[in-house]
Amino acid sequence: MSGKHNKTFIVRIVGVPLLAMLLVPGLFTSHSAYAEYGDVVINNFAEKEGMPPVVFPHWFHRIRFRCKVCHADLGFKFKAGGTGINMLKIIDGHYCGACHNGEIAWSVENCNLCHSGKPGTPTQVHGSTLQKLVVPAAQPTGKK
Amino acid sequence: MNRHTHPSMSGWTILLLSLLGVLAASSLEAADPNVFNRLMRAAPKHNLPPAEDGIHDPEGEGAALLQAPREAFVNLPKDKAGNYVNWVRALEEGKISPRFDRLDPKAEPVVMNLDIVREVKGSMPDVVYPHKQHTEWLDCSNCHPAIFQPQKGANQISMAAILLGEKCGVCHGKVAFPVSAQTCRRCHSKPKGKVAAAAKQGKTPAKGSN
Repeated sequence: MSGKHNKTFIVRIVGVPLLAMLLVPGLFTSHSAYAEYGDVVINNFAEKEGMPPVVFPHWFHRIRFRCKVCHADLGFKFKAGGTGINMLKIIDGHYCGACHNGEIAWSVENCNLCHSGKPGTPTQVHGSTLQKLVVPAAQPTGKK
Repeated sequence: MNRHTHPSMSGWTILLLSLLGVLAASSLEAADPNVFNRLMRAAPKHNLPPAEDGIHDPEGEGAALLQAPREAFVNLPKDKAGNYVNWVRALEEGKISPRFDRLDPKAEPVVMNLDIVREVKGSMPDVVYPHKQHTEWLDCSNCHPAIFQPQKGANQISMAAILLGEKCGVCHGKVAFPVSAQTCRRCHSKPKGKVAAAAKQGKTPAKGSN
């Protein structure tokens, strides 16, 4: 193999992917998170207040409680971030605080068990169909 | 002169670069507008422990202490999408016993055994919606009347709406089994002919009772 060919080879092998990585960054980030289906990241207030975002694992909770307990009895909305939970509501026994009170489940002093998200992760339902659409869909306009 | 030094080092260099090339194969595909994707990229890994799942902070206390989904799922019936757990079967088979009340472990759900058949416009089989499996988990008020009006013919449902997270998509595609090629027939489960025949005999599409 001549040096000239070798050089072309190097350019092709290294240059093309490099160029591709520069030109289409989206393709390299789309599968960067593998979190469990249904994991909800809640970052309405957390990071603004200096805490990491909250990760809520649906799978863990549905093994222990039926949907109805949280979504009918406790008033959780069917929308990530839609319930507007803050720590005051929790210590007053609402929402997460209905169980995370040291009686049914561990209490609020275990900050980092909920506030366990990677910094900068926005509010979302991880792995949702909406996230998987090739063309990002416009958010539904509230019609039901 | 310089050019003659290339072949001597090229053995290792090419090996190294080939490895790099293999690693970058997906990016090469991305760069070629005419590449034929005979094989889709391998499905992303699933049920990873928190430290590796991409949304937990791997340095944080949570990632170290929280349970890994795989640990919890080991004895649960498998599925092909979502959590890769068949939650409805897990409940039916008593593999899990989630409480129906926050405090009372003996509270039983009010199960309603009523199938709703929805005739669909396209070529797909008609949809059978089973109240039974849904009321095992949910309360009537979760769906009625905000998401679905409890009245025959009053609800416009389309796959587009579902994919955008409305109607069935409020849960299916977020926590309940998602819309995927493996799951179409779970809802689209009733061959068309039977409904037409039933209608001729004067039966209503809704069957079963409380």
